[in-house]
Amino acid sequence: MLVQLASMRDAYAEVLLELGQEDSRVVVLGADTSVSIKTSLFGDRFPDRFFNVGIAEANMMGIAAGLALAGKIPFVTTYAAFVPGKCLDQIRNAIAYPNLNVKIVSSHGGLTVGPDGASHQTIEDVATMRAVPRMHVIVPADAPSTRSLVAQACRTLGPFYIRLSRPSVPTIYSASKDVEVGKAKILREGSDIGIIACGIMVNEAMEAAETLSKTGISAEVVDSHTVKPLDSETIVRVARKTGTLVTAEEQNVIGGLGGAVAEAITESYPVPITRVGVRDTFGESGEHEELMVKYGLTSKEIARAAKHLIKSR
Amino acid sequence: MEEQSIPIGMLLQKAAKIRAHILEMVAEAKSGHPGGSLSAVEILVTLFFYKMRHDPKRPDWPDRDRFVLSKGHAAPVLYSTLAEAGYLPTSELKTLRKINSRLQGHPDHRVPGVEFPGGSLGIGLSAAIGMALAGKVDKKDYRVYALLGDGELDEGETWEAAMAAPKFKLDNLTAIVDRNGIQQDGLTEQIMPMEPVGYKWKAFNWHVLEVDGFDFRQVIDALEKAESMRNRPTVIIAHTVKGKGVSFMEWDPAYHGKAPDKDTVRKLVKTMLEE
Ligand SMILES: Cc1ncc(C[n+]2csc(CCOP(=O)(O)OP(=O)(O)O)c2C)c(N)n1
Ligand SMILES: [Mg+2]
Repeated sequence: MLVQLASMRDAYAEVLLELGQEDSRVVVLGADTSVSIKTSLFGDRFPDRFFNVGIAEANMMGIAAGLALAGKIPFVTTYAAFVPGKCLDQIRNAIAYPNLNVKIVSSHGGLTVGPDGASHQTIEDVATMRAVPRMHVIVPADAPSTRSLVAQACRTLGPFYIRLSRPSVPTIYSASKDVEVGKAKILREGSDIGIIACGIMVNEAMEAAETLSKTGISAEVVDSHTVKPLDSETIVRVARKTGTLVTAEEQNVIGGLGGAVAEAITESYPVPITRVGVRDTFGESGEHEELMVKYGLTSKEIARAAKHLIKSR
Repeated sequence: MEEQSIPIGMLLQKAAKIRAHILEMVAEAKSGHPGGSLSAVEILVTLFFYKMRHDPKRPDWPDRDRFVLSKGHAAPVLYSTLAEAGYLPTSELKTLRKINSRLQGHPDHRVPGVEFPGGSLGIGLSAAIGMALAGKVDKKDYRVYALLGDGELDEGETWEAAMAAPKFKLDNLTAIVDRNGIQQDGLTEQIMPMEPVGYKWKAFNWHVLEVDGFDFRQVIDALEKAESMRNRPTVIIAHTVKGKGVSFMEWDPAYHGKAPDKDTVRKLVKTMLEE
């Protein structure tokens, strides 16, 4: 089978052009990484609505707040290592507290930035942003869903954090099969175990389900692209149906999707759960595939966790 | 008299070797930042082979001078300088950015001689101030050097640090700005105008010197002046060229973070080492 790969940041840059055409309130801010993330394309098309503030993420966030207060819809974009890393205070106090309409879209999230190493890898952004009141947190799985979720964020009032990964990823959603902010998507039905994933780990979850089916285990796969507000209803339903869950994300296992799912089911329908993700350690330089293997971000790891859970049930 | 004691030949030779290492490393890694590594070669060579008091056999010697590479993406120039100085084998340089290597894409403490993990831009000068303050508290005479990118000056923290160092009268601290005129998205004066950069530091009460960052005599002279200055930190604005030494890289923002291929590098290195 031919797997189609597509880049999330290309999809993001494309949908920004459409949004800019559609709505003149859309403005884009960059911090000296616009060529690499391709938001410079927006700047080429709409030079009056693109602002490169230099390597100054905190200032960028504050400027976005002011733009939003004056009626604009700012999209703020740089590498995930520095947004939210360099500007959590501005995100909290200047954007989330007054509930401003700022869309923070970070690229190069997770470990798969690769050879740049730990200083440029982000494993705590989802957890951090989840803990900020009013913030929506979204981690898309592929290029088409990036497009759709970014467009929805643009049309929904309030602050959003959308986290993209660097590598091109297999396309999961056809353009027609839609995703909806706040609604977890069941991508594959199953009865023995539920795998709740987000971002590039959704594809790994699908592969794990395929492997598991060969050993007679039927796995349900859920794309929980919206980490906050979490679709607890769907997740609890999956927990009731399957009786045990694995979560999978390109993030620290502390406080991200795994944390959110554990919190949700503990409060309403506790079942055994294993969180697949980075195990509270910094990453390192390496090619992205090597890093995924070394840090346990693979379909194999998900399948192993699933089997173990089922065996000890 | 000073003039005669400067071993220009040795410094030139080191610079040529280090340029070759940088190109080979990034070509082997197929990624990394050659432009801002090549612009800083003479600065690091002057520090490590002429000016700084340090001992590769004792990287944790408490009395050593410290060098903070705040523009951490220039890790190739730091690693190859450290290797030439004897902190690590030059054969290890080809493991840059590879999995399980000590040579991380940005400076990492596992490498002897690395004082600080710069990488997120804007954080190095503050750390250098901390080291310089500790030196004052402990009545030690070591000096602290921090190398900053000119794009890096965009970061607010740089200017918070710039305000603090004169307040604490840190004459044991020297900041060096690699003024190569280019950052990641393009020319600094287009992305975020920084001129008049010397006046900015002057207004923050620094002792400001400007040099040609490829002229060993000028760099050495500035470093000596910095050392004899009392009660004030010095900043040296070193005018350089991004991608220096490789004609097609010079002044091309694309080579900020792009590796040349191995064949090209082989030819470049051959001519470089012959000269
Ligand atoms: C806080 C932060 N934002 C963004 C980046 C990505 N980045 C790496 S290098 C660079 C440009 C640096 O330009 P400059 O300081 O002039 O360095 P040089 O020209 O000496 O290479 C950018 C934006 C980063 N490393 N850190
Ligand atoms: Mg520069």
